[in-house]
Amino acid sequence: MSKVKILTKGFFKENPSLILVLGMCPTLAVTTSVNNAIGMGAATTFVLLMSNIIISLLKNVIPDKVRIPCYIVIIATFVSMVDLIIKGFLPALSESLGVFIPLIVVNCIVLGRAEAFANKNSVFDSILDGLGMGIGFTISLILVAAVREILGAGSFMGWQFIPSQYNILIFVLAPGAFLVLGFIMALMRHIINRVEDKRKDKMCAAK
Amino acid sequence: MEYILMIIGAVLVNNIILVQFLGICPFLGVSSKVNTALGMGAAVTFVMALATLVTSSLQKYVLVPLNITFLQTIVFILVIASLVQMVEIMLKKMSPSLYRALGVYLPLITTNCAVLGIAIKVTEQPLIAAHGFSILDSTFYSVAIAIGFTLAIVIFAGLREQMELVDIPKGMKGVPIALITAGILAMAFMGFSNLV
Repeated sequence: MSKVKILTKGFFKENPSLILVLGMCPTLAVTTSVNNAIGMGAATTFVLLMSNIIISLLKNVIPDKVRIPCYIVIIATFVSMVDLIIKGFLPALSESLGVFIPLIVVNCIVLGRAEAFANKNSVFDSILDGLGMGIGFTISLILVAAVREILGAGSFMGWQFIPSQYNILIFVLAPGAFLVLGFIMALMRHIINRVEDKRKDKMCAAK
Repeated sequence: MEYILMIIGAVLVNNIILVQFLGICPFLGVSSKVNTALGMGAAVTFVMALATLVTSSLQKYVLVPLNITFLQTIVFILVIASLVQMVEIMLKKMSPSLYRALGVYLPLITTNCAVLGIAIKVTEQPLIAAHGFSILDSTFYSVAIAIGFTLAIVIFAGLREQMELVDIPKGMKGVPIALITAGILAMAFMGFSNLV
């Protein structure tokens, strides 16, 4: 696989939350505003990147039988660091993300990449993979958050452009998260199905 | 009275899945049949009560006195992961019938953010203001939350069983339609929001 492909596969084709359906809890919970989504995406990307680097460095040292607990400790260390940094420098963000910052530990994306990629590949490839997956996750968070914030609060990144009497409050509440994510996911799958059908048609025509 | 309000609050008003968005993975993954949903609910209740009991005790007698609460995330996740392993091994030896019923769900629970989420949440603020941080209250609360989890996942599994028979667009099949169903279910649960 080429280096560019390792980086970009997380953006769309193997997007962690929209296609692989990993890390659903933060995707639903913190997407009430675009600012929250960016904060959460950046925190997860940092943890993903750092844990990928350390795990790919230590892949020959960690015994195979106890690898999962080792990965969890490495991931939890970086999550605690991020948690303390955000608490110290961005108290407002820490307030609105709440328990979901420490919960990056149990985000399936991070452990999944450690298990599926970082413990088999070189450090450089793992950096690219961590970055790509993190950015893909951030993109999907921003996508869901943008729809919810525009429809529910009439604003984008805090900039109000729809008067509050026209806002549909349900979109910033719990049900809106499920509905918006469901429709975005259906749309993504529809697009992928379309592209594949077209490719098949072309192959048939070429024959 | 305080406990009744706490239970209603945990099961219906702050339902862990539909309001707090914790434990979505098993909610979407293990909800295709009512029986498996019930099994998952029982396993989560068992592990969550045990985990909260142990983590709250650790918080009260180890982390706070030694002033190392910043290690909370690392300590809790390690305790929960090893606890799940231990429960699995013990069930296998002591009660094979219970192991057959719950065993398959146990490994899934380690990565279930609901268990860690509740363990952290109960340490953040006292559940009943007059009691302060109490291990008994925390354990009680975690059982109530787990009942709410079971309730939501069983209702949802019942809905999904019916959904199998319906003809829907290709892109909607599977997870997307499940999410939209969950959205409508969450709307129903919003009706409880001013109950307590």
